Amino acid sequence: MAGQGIGASLLRKEDDRFLRGRGEFVADIRLPGLRDVAFVRSPVAHARIRGIRIPPQYKDVVFTAADLKDVKPIRAVSGLPGFKASEQPILAFEKVRQVGELIAICVADTRAEAEDIAAAVEVDFEELPAVHDMLQARQPDSALLHEHWGDNVFLETFVDINMEAAFDAPIKITREISTARQSMAPMEGRGTVAVWHNRMDQLVLHTGNQQPHIVRNGLAECLGIEQLQIRIISPDVGGGFGYKGILLTEDVCLGWLAMRCGHPVRWIEDRREHLTAGANCREHYYKITVYADRDGKLRGVECEATVDSGAYSSYPFSACLEAAQVASILPGPYDFPSYRCRTWSVATNKCPILPYRGVARTGVCYAIELMMDAIAREAGLEPYEVRLKNLVRPDQMPFDNITKKHFDSGDYPEALRQALAKIDLPGIRERQKKAEPDGRLIGVGLSIYCEQGAHGTSVYAGWGIPMVPGHEQATARMTPDGGLELRVGVHSHGQSMETTLPQVANEILGIDVAKIKLVHGDTEYTPYSTGSWGSRCAVMAGGAVATASKEVAGLAMRIGAHLLQVDFDQVKLVDGSVVGPAGSVTLQEIAHTWYRRPQDLPPSVDPRGLESTIGYKPVRDSGTFSYAAHIAVVAVDPEMGDIEIIDYVIVEDGGKLINPMVVDGQIYGGLAQGIGTALYEEMNFDSSGQPLASTFADYLLPGPTEVPAPKLGHMETLAPYTQFGVKGIGEGGAIAPPAAIGNAVNDALKSYGVELLQSPMTPRRVLEAIEEARNKRNKRMPEGVSA
Amino acid sequence: MKPVNFDYARPGEVSGALKLIADEGLTVKIVAGSQSLGPMLNMRLVQPDLLVDITGIEELRRFDERPDEIEFGACITHADIEDLRIPDVTCGALPSVARGIAYRAVRNRGTVGGSLTHADPSADWHSIMAALGAKVVLRGPAGERTIPVEDYMLGALEADLGPGEMLVSIKVPKLSRSARWGYYKSCRKTGEFAHAIGAFLADPDRGVIRVVIGATESRPIVITDAGNIIGDGRAERLDAAFDSHAVSEVIEAAGMTNPIDKQTHIVALGRALEQAQSA
Repeated sequence: MAGQGIGASLLRKEDDRFLRGRGEFVADIRLPGLRDVAFVRSPVAHARIRGIRIPPQYKDVVFTAADLKDVKPIRAVSGLPGFKASEQPILAFEKVRQVGELIAICVADTRAEAEDIAAAVEVDFEELPAVHDMLQARQPDSALLHEHWGDNVFLETFVDINMEAAFDAPIKITREISTARQSMAPMEGRGTVAVWHNRMDQLVLHTGNQQPHIVRNGLAECLGIEQLQIRIISPDVGGGFGYKGILLTEDVCLGWLAMRCGHPVRWIEDRREHLTAGANCREHYYKITVYADRDGKLRGVECEATVDSGAYSSYPFSACLEAAQVASILPGPYDFPSYRCRTWSVATNKCPILPYRGVARTGVCYAIELMMDAIAREAGLEPYEVRLKNLVRPDQMPFDNITKKHFDSGDYPEALRQALAKIDLPGIRERQKKAEPDGRLIGVGLSIYCEQGAHGTSVYAGWGIPMVPGHEQATARMTPDGGLELRVGVHSHGQSMETTLPQVANEILGIDVAKIKLVHGDTEYTPYSTGSWGSRCAVMAGGAVATASKEVAGLAMRIGAHLLQVDFDQVKLVDGSVVGPAGSVTLQEIAHTWYRRPQDLPPSVDPRGLESTIGYKPVRDSGTFSYAAHIAVVAVDPEMGDIEIIDYVIVEDGGKLINPMVVDGQIYGGLAQGIGTALYEEMNFDSSGQPLASTFADYLLPGPTEVPAPKLGHMETLAPYTQFGVKGIGEGGAIAPPAAIGNAVNDALKSYGVELLQSPMTPRRVLEAIEEARNKRNKRMPEGVSA
Repeated sequence: MKPVNFDYARPGEVSGALKLIADEGLTVKIVAGSQSLGPMLNMRLVQPDLLVDITGIEELRRFDERPDEIEFGACITHADIEDLRIPDVTCGALPSVARGIAYRAVRNRGTVGGSLTHADPSADWHSIMAALGAKVVLRGPAGERTIPVEDYMLGALEADLGPGEMLVSIKVPKLSRSARWGYYKSCRKTGEFAHAIGAFLADPDRGVIRVVIGATESRPIVITDAGNIIGDGRAERLDAAFDSHAVSEVIEAAGMTNPIDKQTHIVALGRALEQAQSA
């Protein structure tokens, strides 16, 4: 079938079931004899456990660390020098280090009854001072989470590249910038249904997960059983964003329980557990200094960055991925000669920090892009002028930047120019000179970033975390009736891979996408993969599917040539048929021959048949670099502090797009999350380490009325090292909005002397900043003069 | 997040409900639309022995329009008011405010009586009803009493209900043709609870000038004789007559001292005045 391959905006195959409410998520699984689990969780952030009292009637249905003696804690160790490993107990042992930490497993016929049992279990705590602030946690007098470390720092890193050469720059600006702790919020929370199968000698664990094979690795290590004895099934997944790439202690508990209790068990995370005990992300603090010439040319960037990593190093990404990434990606898409960055990954009595869509980039982009605007204000230039002066130019591509990131291709200045062309900047500047009729203030803000995706072995071997991606494998296999089965180890948690990967195979083989089925989300049926993360699926799984499809194409063409009685080099594969000089044979007929009429095949036929499992790596594994320029136009209400986004522009370059409609969807969704980071989402903790939001009434997410319809523009610079020139683009939408919106707010409030440097930019923060600027101005005024 | 085990009853008469809630040996909660109680049950913030569902009581779904007021039952939903199933006697004030409560799904189920009894300080009904001079009718073992709506909320999440007593209806006075009202709330996002509310009613023919500052830490600040703040209500532009210093003093006296809270609440009232609506 023509017109269904790379570049076609096909409607999503998976929507047929999703839109009819027929998706199958973990919570939809019903197994005979299934019982529910609720956990006794720590109500305090930091304490020693003195004792646990289980009412006698519940002795057989409550399990504590004493029962799980043979289960190993979760260890996610980074190979970076100096990294201090934490041991995350499956059930708290001696000590709890975060609110929500698991203490006991309670089993009952229903979740409500399991919660009754959990409420009846009493735990004696000896409370310890809670470490709730990452900067205080670095101080020598701080309480310690992991006493044997001697401090609270998982990892400190330092890089210095010719920093001192920038110190004589005429412009030097220092700022403290921070992003709030967030809780990523997929519609579907986590959940696990576990059952032991005697016949298969196997634990089957259903868990909505982005990385089934990685979960199997970790689970086998914790439970001390063979990987052959574990099958991970990830059914439909209602959003992941990173949260479903993590091996949870809950998963290990359910696995342990299912191996012993003789019936299936289930835990479905509720929203309170999700918000207060898991899914934390994003909390960064930067003290950053930029050095520039008067014309806006960046001379150097000097930064101290601290990331609140929470109580434990989570599996597989570790507690330091975020901060260590900060050091390597802070320079953004810019070219400058001097750089110094020190980072700390700090342990606190909060949930472990997890990688959320964009990972460190959202914070990094916020920090560096606010500084670019600070330079513009200082130099008296338009923010776009400063950026055009410093962006890596297309004639420099491919470009190795100051931290040795290999920018593969692209035209960053052009993205910015195209974005600017979609708004009327001179018109906005004129409008700003006059008062708005409603008293609000208009501002415009830019941000631009590049995003490394699908980075492979060489990059991750350097981090030394438990998971290093190698060749990505796929299986392509024709069925006897001419259909095609694709098996991949990545998993779609919203990426539309049931549509896009068949499109890749269609591009090679010409088989109707309706007859191509993606098999994924099951370790039993799919090749090993590190899974879906790092904007890698289109590049890696797409590349693997293309490679396997080409193999199948070659095998089919050989059989086709035989059936046509011509030489192999005389045939072509065109639109699902093998075509010779005179006549053709369809792939369907070829499949029928291989499977059903082998008597028609020559003795020399290739015994591999019509099937291939093969690995793929791009020519270089340093990653693709998609990029985008975002522009926000906002109206700020200086009396109420409200911020309205009145226009939003995105121009992105994802290289060759497999399905442009799907890419647009990714960008819309990312934008919504970026707006959440910019304006709404904040997981606060009090000084005793208590999370202050436990419902979506307290933890605000943007809704349909808060997310504008952006003006989208696409560029297409083919990636030089990948199949079809595809680049990873899954996370980008969530990276740039806080910076663009932040710069727009600061532009709007310029006349007030306000510079907001903290996300989310809530009405209260806006009003406090205005108040603070007013107080500062008044202080500077001589007596008797009013502001 | 599953409720504790509880019993459930759905009486057909108010008298039946009163009997059920009179049992002092039990923790009894009345439920109507369940828009606030539902989540509180799930989070076990409320652990009742018995839930008395009053939505089957026909009396609580009725309304009665009289020459000077309308009285409607506690189980009238926000959507009933939004969709004008309850006649509007407030020059559009109640339907307009109803339309801005949470989301339509909440308005379809949530009831006026439930919202008033739940007594969340940022709920819309407390502020607009107080501005309009509405009253609530409570019935209990000692009979019936009628009190101004602003006296019904004693504090955050605390209503003036005696043992065995329940809210049965709300009485809203009819506005005169000279009446003007305004309501402005500031929310972080559409459908969320407000963090500042300003509301007023100027009905000079009835001699009523009322101002409400809502969405405070506790009960709304209700100024029943607000002539010193917005004049006699006959000025063409009420916002021109607005004395923000006077209102600032009142809200400070009521305990709100944070300058940003004061500012947003005063601005909310100012905007309510700017957007004054009339019949």
